[in-house]
Amino acid sequence: MATKHMVIDPITRIEGHMRIEAVVDETTGEVQDVFCSSTMFRGIETILKGRDPRDCGLMAMRICGVCTVTHFQRSIESVENAFNVTVPTNARLMRNIIQGALFMHDHLVHYYHLHSLDWVDVISALDATPQAAATEAAKWANVAGETPWTADVQTFTDMKDRLVKFVKKGRLGIFGNGYWGNPSYKLTPAQNLVAITHYFQALDIQRDLGQMMTIFGGKDPHPQSLVVGGVTSIIDIKDPAKRQLFKDLALRVRAFIKGAYMPDMYMLANMYKSEMAAGDGAGLKSFLVYGGFPLNDGDIYSANMLFPGGIVHNGDLTKVTDFDPAMVTEDVTHAWYAATTPEHPYVGTTTPNYTDFKSKVNGVAYLDTANKYSWIKSPLYNDTRVEVGPLARMIVGYARGDTRIKGYVDNFNKRAGITIDNLYSSVGRTIGRALESELMSDIITDWVDELSTNINSGDFTSWSKFDFATVSQNAEGYGVEEAPRGALGHWIRIENGKVANYQAVVPSTWNAGPRDHLGRMGAYESALKGIKLANIDEPLEILRAVHSFDPCIACAVHVINTQGKELASYKINPVCAV
Amino acid sequence: MENDLAVQKSLYSKVNGIEKRDDDFYKELYARSEKRIDSLAKTNPFTEEELDEVLLEDGYDRRDFMKWVSATTAMLMLPGFFEPLVAKTVQVLNRVPVIWINLQDCAGNSEAFLRTDGPTVDELILDIITLEFHELLMAPSGEQAELQLENAMTTFKDEYLLFVEGSIPTAANGIYGTIGTSGETYVDHLVRLSADAKAIVAVGTCATFGGVPAAAPNPTGARGVMDIVQNKPIVNIPACPANPANMLGVILLYVMTGELPDLDGLLRPKFAFGYRIHDACERRVHFDAGEYVEEWGDAAAQAGHCLYKMGCKGPMTFNNCPTVKYNRGTSWPVAAGHGCIGCSEPGFFDKFDRFEAPTPFNPNYNPASDMGVYGAAAGLGLFTAFKQLTKDSVAQEEENGN
Repeated sequence: MATKHMVIDPITRIEGHMRIEAVVDETTGEVQDVFCSSTMFRGIETILKGRDPRDCGLMAMRICGVCTVTHFQRSIESVENAFNVTVPTNARLMRNIIQGALFMHDHLVHYYHLHSLDWVDVISALDATPQAAATEAAKWANVAGETPWTADVQTFTDMKDRLVKFVKKGRLGIFGNGYWGNPSYKLTPAQNLVAITHYFQALDIQRDLGQMMTIFGGKDPHPQSLVVGGVTSIIDIKDPAKRQLFKDLALRVRAFIKGAYMPDMYMLANMYKSEMAAGDGAGLKSFLVYGGFPLNDGDIYSANMLFPGGIVHNGDLTKVTDFDPAMVTEDVTHAWYAATTPEHPYVGTTTPNYTDFKSKVNGVAYLDTANKYSWIKSPLYNDTRVEVGPLARMIVGYARGDTRIKGYVDNFNKRAGITIDNLYSSVGRTIGRALESELMSDIITDWVDELSTNINSGDFTSWSKFDFATVSQNAEGYGVEEAPRGALGHWIRIENGKVANYQAVVPSTWNAGPRDHLGRMGAYESALKGIKLANIDEPLEILRAVHSFDPCIACAVHVINTQGKELASYKINPVCAV
Repeated sequence: MENDLAVQKSLYSKVNGIEKRDDDFYKELYARSEKRIDSLAKTNPFTEEELDEVLLEDGYDRRDFMKWVSATTAMLMLPGFFEPLVAKTVQVLNRVPVIWINLQDCAGNSEAFLRTDGPTVDELILDIITLEFHELLMAPSGEQAELQLENAMTTFKDEYLLFVEGSIPTAANGIYGTIGTSGETYVDHLVRLSADAKAIVAVGTCATFGGVPAAAPNPTGARGVMDIVQNKPIVNIPACPANPANMLGVILLYVMTGELPDLDGLLRPKFAFGYRIHDACERRVHFDAGEYVEEWGDAAAQAGHCLYKMGCKGPMTFNNCPTVKYNRGTSWPVAAGHGCIGCSEPGFFDKFDRFEAPTPFNPNYNPASDMGVYGAAAGLGLFTAFKQLTKDSVAQEEENGN
C-alpha cells in the first residue's frame, strides 16, 4: 500500500506560521498519521521578565494582532488578580463591549476571508445565474427566519460580472491557484455566488467592527485604552454620541450576521450534512472553557459569565466539571523547549531547545516527529488533551444548561434539522462560531444600554486605585478567560515590583500542540487523523479541518508518503487559464 | 541605544542632497508624474477593474471619493493642485503588483491593512492593487501557494513592491523562523524575495526596527529588514501596527512618481514621520497650560487634559496619528485617554522608561536628525542608494552586546 507524506507549508489564511505533515494512504486518500508544527518563535514570555507588571498588557497583546485586545485584557487581569484589584462597572462593561466587538470581528473575518474558500468554490460561481443566487439567498434567510441581507438580482449580477473579469484576465490575485473544481466542494453554483458575494460584503462589515473597537479603544488592531485597575477612555464613555455610533454600527453588524452569516451556515449545514453526520474533523470531543464575559461586578472569577467555564469529556453532556486553573500544565516532550516534565504556568519555563528538521530530501524538509517538532507546547488539563474555542463554549454552555446558549443551539439545530452530535465536526466548529457571533450581536447592545444607564446615574468612575508599592512586593495572579479562538490565560509572578515569571497558555497551543508525554494527539492532529482526501494531490479536506479551528499560527501542511521519501507532486489547478 | 545610533550614523552620514520645496519643484514633479501616469494608463493593466466601474458598481458617490482624495493629498503633504493627479493615480494603481510576506509577526499589520478605509478602498485592495501573494488572505496553501509566489516573482520581476511584515530572527542560524516545504529560514526567504523586487516596504515596527521580538533580551536575535537586505531601496513604515493610510500613501506616491517618497534618515516617509505626535496633539493646549492628568480616571482625565505625566511619549515620537487617526479617522490612543507609547520609534519597548511613567522631555529629540542626515535625503526620495547595514556592522553590534 503506497502512502504519501504531504508537506503543506505555508498553510495560508492563518495568522502565524504553521506546518502540517500528513501521511496519506494513496489508495484511499485517508490521512493515517499527522503532525502539526509551529515554525516560528519570538520569546515574548522571556522578554516580559523583569519588567513592570503594569507594562505587560501593552507588550503581551503583541503576541497576536488578531486577538490583540484579548491578550491585552488577560494580561491586565492577571496583574489585577495578583494585586486583588477589581474594576468599576464602567470598566467591566467597556471591556465586554470592546471584547464583544472583537469576537464578532474575528469570527466574521475568520469565516468569510480565512475559511469560507474551503467550502466555497469561487470558480463554480461563474456558472450561476444571478436570479438563482437571489432565490438561494432568500431561501436560506427564510430557513433562518430572518430577512436576507441581499437578495436582489442586481447585486449578484454585478458580483458575477466582477468575477468573470477577474478570471478572463487570467490573474486571480489572492484567489489564484485554489483547489477549485475539487469534488469535495458541494455547494451549487448559485450557492457559491451567494457565498462569494457575502465574502466581499463582509469586508465592509469587518471595517464597521474595527471602528467599533476604535470608538472606545483608540485604534484597532492593538487598542490602547485598558490599564491595570480599569480603562482610560472615560471621555468617550461619557459621550452619548459615541455610544450611539457604536450602537448604530452594532445594529448593522447584527443585520449582516442574521441576514447573511447565519443563512450561509444553514446552507452549509444542509449541503455538507453527510460530512457532519460522518463526524469529519471531530477530533477529541473533549472541551475546555475557562469562562468569559463577566455579567456582574466584583471578582471576575466569582461573577456570572456569559460563557460559563467547565470541562466536558468525550462528548458526554451529562457530566460537566468546574474549571480549576491549578489543573493546567504544559508539556514539551515534542516541543523545542528544554523542560523535562509538564509545568504549571506559574513556574513554567520557555527555554528553547531546537533540534532541527530530521532530514531534507530533494529540497523538502521533514519534521523529526519521533522527537521534538514544534515551537508550540502541549497544554494539558488534569493530564488530558482538550479542545478550546467557540464550539467548546457552545458545548460546555449547553451541558451546563445555560438558557441563553441552549436557546441559540437548539434553535439552529431544529431549523437545520441536525442534532448536537453533528456539531462534533469541522462544519460544526464553523457553525459554533457563527452561533456565538449571533449571540454576541444580540447582547452587545444591551451592554451599551447598561453603560448608558450607569453613566446617566452619574457614575463616571473608570479606575480602581491601588497602592502599587504595597501590592507588588510578592504576588501572583492569573487572567484566564476566553478569546475568540478559545480559552486564553496569562499567568504572572511578581517579585519586588517586577515580573519574576510570565507564561501565556493560548487557544492555539491548546489546539495545535504536538504529541504529549503519553504520545496523545492534540485537537488539530486528532481532528485530521482519518480525514479522507477526494483528490490526493489537493489537501483541501485537511485545510478545511485545520481552518475550522481558526488557527492563529499561520500554517502549512506537508504530505509525505509512508516511505518518507516522495513528496506529493501537486497538480496546478489551471484556474488562471480559465 | 547609543550603540544603535552610532552604527546607523556611520551608515547614513554619506547621504547628500539638497532639500528644495519651492513652486518650481512641485510643478516639475507634477509634470513628471502626469507623464508617468499617462503612460501607465496606456500599459496593459494586470486586472481589468477600473475605478469608475468600481465606484459605479458599489454605489459610491464620486464626491465621497474626491473627499478622500483631498484628505489623502493633504496627508501626503502635496499641494492642493495635486488632487486630480492623486485621483488619476488611484485609477492606475493596478499597474503595480504587490507581494506581501509575513515573517516574525502577529499579523497586526495585515489586519490593519484589511481595515484600510475610505470609499472604494476595499476594492482597491482586492481589485485595483494587484495583491499577488498574501499569506494571510490568499486561497491556496502549501506548494500551490509557493507556486503562486514563484509565478508572481517571475512575472513581475523587478516590478513588484515587496511588503514585509514581521522581524527576522537571526540568532542560531535563523532557526526561530522557517517557511516553505524546504524549511527555508526567514533570512534566506527575505533575501531571495528581495532580489527581484523593485523596492521593499517594511510595515510595522517589527519589520522596520525589530519591534517586539527584538525587545531585551531579544531571545531570537530579531532584526528589521534594513539590517538584512542589502542594496535595495527600502521604505520603513513603523508603528504597531503601521497606519494603513501610510501604507496606501507609499503605494500611491510610488505609482504616481515612480519613486519612493521622501525619506528621513531612518528611511521613514517624511509625509508621515516628519512631525512629533506632540506637535499636532489635540491635548497640546493642556500641556502648554500645565493641565495634567495625574491619575487614571481623575477629574483631569474626565476633562481630557494632557497625559504627559501619565507617561505619554508623544513629545518623543514621530508619527501622524493625531491627524490621520485610525479606523475611518475615528480615534487614536491619546483621544482614548491613554498616553502614546512610542510604538513607531526605533527601539520601541526598551527605549523609553515605563509606559505609565513620564519620560524626560527633550524638545530637540529626533532620532533621524541625531544621525545628522535628517532633511538631507535628496529630492523626492529617488531610489536613494542608502547603504544598508553590512554584515560586519551587524556582527559589530552583536559584539557590543546589543
